[in-house]
Amino acid sequence: MNFDDTPQEAEFRAVARAWIEANAPKELEADLKKSGFAGVNVGNRDPLQLSKAWQKKKAEAGWACLHWPQEYGGRGASPIERVIWGQEEGVFGALSGTFIIGHGMCGPTLMAWASEEHKRQLLPTMASGEHIWCQLFSEPAGGSDLAGLRTRAEQASDGSGDWIINGQKIWTSGAQHSDYGILITRTDPNVPKHKGLTMFWLDMKSPGVEVRPIKQANGQSGFNEVYFTDVRIPDNQRLGAVGQGWTVSLTTLMNERLSIGSGMPTGFPELFDYCMSLQTQDGPAIDDAAVRSRLAQYAVKASGLKYTGMRAISALSKGETPGPENSIGKLVAGATMQDLAMFALDLQGQAGVINGPDQTEASSRFQAMLLRSPATRVEGGTDEILRNIIAERVLGLPGDIRVDKDVAFKDIPTSGRA
Amino acid sequence: MNFDFSDEQKQLREEARRFLADRCPSTAVRAVLEGPEPYDKALWKGLAEMGFLGAAIPEEYGGVGLGHLELCVIAEELGRVVAPVPMASSIYLAAEFLMAAGSDAQKAKWLPKLASGEAIGTFALPEGVGKVTEAGINASVSGGKLSGTKVPVADGDVADLAVVVARSGGRVGLFLVDLTGPGVRREVVDSIDPSRSQARIVFDGAPAEPLGSPGEGWRIAADVMDRAAVLVAFEQVGGADRALEMGRDYALDRMAFGRQIGSFQAVKHMLADMYVAATLARSNAYYGAWALSTGSPELPVAAATARVSATDAFQHCAKNNIQVHGGMGFTWAFDCHLYYRRSNALALSLGSKSTWEDLLIDRLRNRNESPAAA
Repeated sequence: MNFDDTPQEAEFRAVARAWIEANAPKELEADLKKSGFAGVNVGNRDPLQLSKAWQKKKAEAGWACLHWPQEYGGRGASPIERVIWGQEEGVFGALSGTFIIGHGMCGPTLMAWASEEHKRQLLPTMASGEHIWCQLFSEPAGGSDLAGLRTRAEQASDGSGDWIINGQKIWTSGAQHSDYGILITRTDPNVPKHKGLTMFWLDMKSPGVEVRPIKQANGQSGFNEVYFTDVRIPDNQRLGAVGQGWTVSLTTLMNERLSIGSGMPTGFPELFDYCMSLQTQDGPAIDDAAVRSRLAQYAVKASGLKYTGMRAISALSKGETPGPENSIGKLVAGATMQDLAMFALDLQGQAGVINGPDQTEASSRFQAMLLRSPATRVEGGTDEILRNIIAERVLGLPGDIRVDKDVAFKDIPTSGRA
Repeated sequence: MNFDFSDEQKQLREEARRFLADRCPSTAVRAVLEGPEPYDKALWKGLAEMGFLGAAIPEEYGGVGLGHLELCVIAEELGRVVAPVPMASSIYLAAEFLMAAGSDAQKAKWLPKLASGEAIGTFALPEGVGKVTEAGINASVSGGKLSGTKVPVADGDVADLAVVVARSGGRVGLFLVDLTGPGVRREVVDSIDPSRSQARIVFDGAPAEPLGSPGEGWRIAADVMDRAAVLVAFEQVGGADRALEMGRDYALDRMAFGRQIGSFQAVKHMLADMYVAATLARSNAYYGAWALSTGSPELPVAAATARVSATDAFQHCAKNNIQVHGGMGFTWAFDCHLYYRRSNALALSLGSKSTWEDLLIDRLRNRNESPAAA
C-alpha cells in the first residue's frame, strides 16, 4: 500500500510538471488560488479570454483532452495520466471550467455517435478551446425525470430531411458563451417517453436559438434558459437513430460520472483555518469543545472523500475500472459544504449576516458557499437521484415503480391538480 | 499509486472469510452472548492455528511475521462476524505494547504465548466513569507492587497478562502484571455486549514490572492506542459492511404494501446513506492502515481519522439495520442486535468518540502549525 508513482507515471509527471512550469500563466496563480465557490477568480481580467488562451497553449503542445485520440485533438493518454496531469496542473485547472461540459460530456458523445467527418471537423476545435460546447438536456418539466422532456423535433415538410425544433431548455451551463451544443428532443409523443427521443448537435448561432441567462438564487448567472423557435437542424447532425436519443444521452451521463480524482471541495480546510484564527472572548474558536466536535465530523468526511479518490486513482493506475464508491462524492461534498457554511456563519454571532468591509475575506467565502451550495445538491443529479443510483446500481435494490413506463408520452398527466 | 491491499492480502481476506464462515456463524456468537463461556475457546485456538493471532508478530517471537496490513485484513473479517474472542485486548493492544516497549526478555516471555493463544493479554487503563486523563490515574506502583482498581478491563476476567497504566514516583508509567499471580482480585462486570467480556480488577500489592522507560508511559500508551485504533477501525468497517448487507438483504426479501420494502425510497435512501458512511470509513481506514504499516509520522492524524469515521459508520449502519428490519430487528432471535451491541461497545472501547474527535483536532492543529507539514 503506497501513494507512489510507478516509474512510467513518475516519468510522465516529470514531463508534465516541466511543461507547466515553463508555460503556465504564473501571473494568475495568486488570484486563481482564491477561486472557490463563486467561479474562477482572475481579478479584474476577462476569464473567458484567459481560459481560451491557456487551453490553446495546452492544445498546441499536446496537453489538451489528454485521454482523447490524437486525431481528434487529444494525446491518446491513459486514464491515470489524465489524473496526474490534473494534479500537476493544480490551480491552473480552474481555467478549464468553461470547457468541462464540452470535454467531459459533448466530446465523448460525439466520439461515440457522430460521423467520422464531423468528428474530425468538431473535436479538435473543441479540444483547443476555440469552440465552446453546451449540453441542452434539462427542461422546465424534465429535470430528474429527464425523459419527460417536451422540446419537439419534427421533420420539415419541404422534403429537405431537416428537423424543425421548438421548445425550451433550462439550466444550460455556459450557453451564453457556447458555439455549439448537443440537444435532446422528442420526435415521437405517441410512444412511451424513453422511446420517442432523438439527439442532435447544432450550431448555437442557428436562427431561432435564443439564450437568456437565469438570475439564480445567489444573484449570479451561470446557467441559462435556451429557447428554440423553428430552429432548423440538418438530418446529418443527428446523433444515433431516430428514437435512440435516450441511449445516446446515457453515453453523455456516464461520462459525467467518470471525472475522477478532481475531488469535490467541502470547505473543510477553509473552516479549519478560520477556526484557528477566529478569536472569541474565551480564546480561539478551535479551543471550544462544541467547535472541535463539529470540525472533527467535517474532517473525517473531507478525508474520506480524499482517500476514496485515492482508491479510484489506484484502480486506474492498475488499469482497472474504479468501483462504485465514487458515486458518493457529490452527495457528501454538497451537503457537507452547506452545513459547514451555516456553522461558519454561526461562529460569527450576529455579524455572520453582514457582508462588507467589516467582514474578513474568509467570512465572505462562507457566505458565498452558503448561497451557492443549494445548487450543488441539485445540479448533475439531485441528492435524491444519487441515493437512488447508489441503492439501485450499487446495492442492487429494485427500481421505483414507474407508473408512466408503458404509457404513450402524450397521455402522461402533466399537472398534479386534476 | 497503489492505495489498496495487494493480491496476496486479498487472498488472505478470502481465506479468513471462509474460515470464519465455517467456525464463527452467529450461533457461535450467541453461545458466548447467552452462555457461561467468556469467549469462544475453540475459535481462539483455530485463529492461533491459522496464524491470524501472530500475523504481525515477528517470527523470532513465535509469530508469522507478515505485517500490519495483513492484521488489518484479518481484523476486518473478525469484525464482519462480530467474533467473540479477545483479539483486540490480546493482539491489537497487549502484543503491540510488548513490541513497542518490551525488553527482549519481556518479548521472549510473552509474545510467543500471545501468538499461540496459550496466553491472553489485555490493557488496563480506565478507573471508572469519565474520560481518562493522565492526571486522573490513581493506580500506583511502589516497591514493585501495584495497588488500585481498574474498570472496565476488556477480557480482564480471562487474561493472563495485563499492561497496566499506573503512577510510580509521581510519574505515569506502564507495568506488566501477571494476572494469575498474587494480589489480583477480579470479577466479571455486565456490559451492553456480553459477546466480549468486561471485568473489574482490584490490585492489592500485585507484583508489577516496568514496561518501557519510566515517565514514557503516557506517550507509549498514546502510540499503541493509535495502532490499536486502526485495527479496531477495520473491525468496525467489517461490522458496518455486514450490517449494511443484512439490511439490504432484508429489504429485498420483505414484502409490504404488495412490494419489496427496498423499492420504497425512504428505505432505499436509508441504505444508500449507510453505504456512504461505510465507504467513507473504509477509505479512512485504508489511510490508517497505510500510516500504520509504513511507520508514517502521519499515524496520529490517520488513526484518529480512521477511528472517528469507523465509529460513526458502524453505529450508523447497525442502528439503521434494525430500522430497516422494523419490529423483527428488535427481536432477540434476529442477529441485528449483535451488531448494534458490538458497534456501541467498540465505540467506547479505546476511549469515547468525543475523546478521539478531540485528539484529531489537536493533531491536525499540530500538523498545520509544524513547518514541515506537507
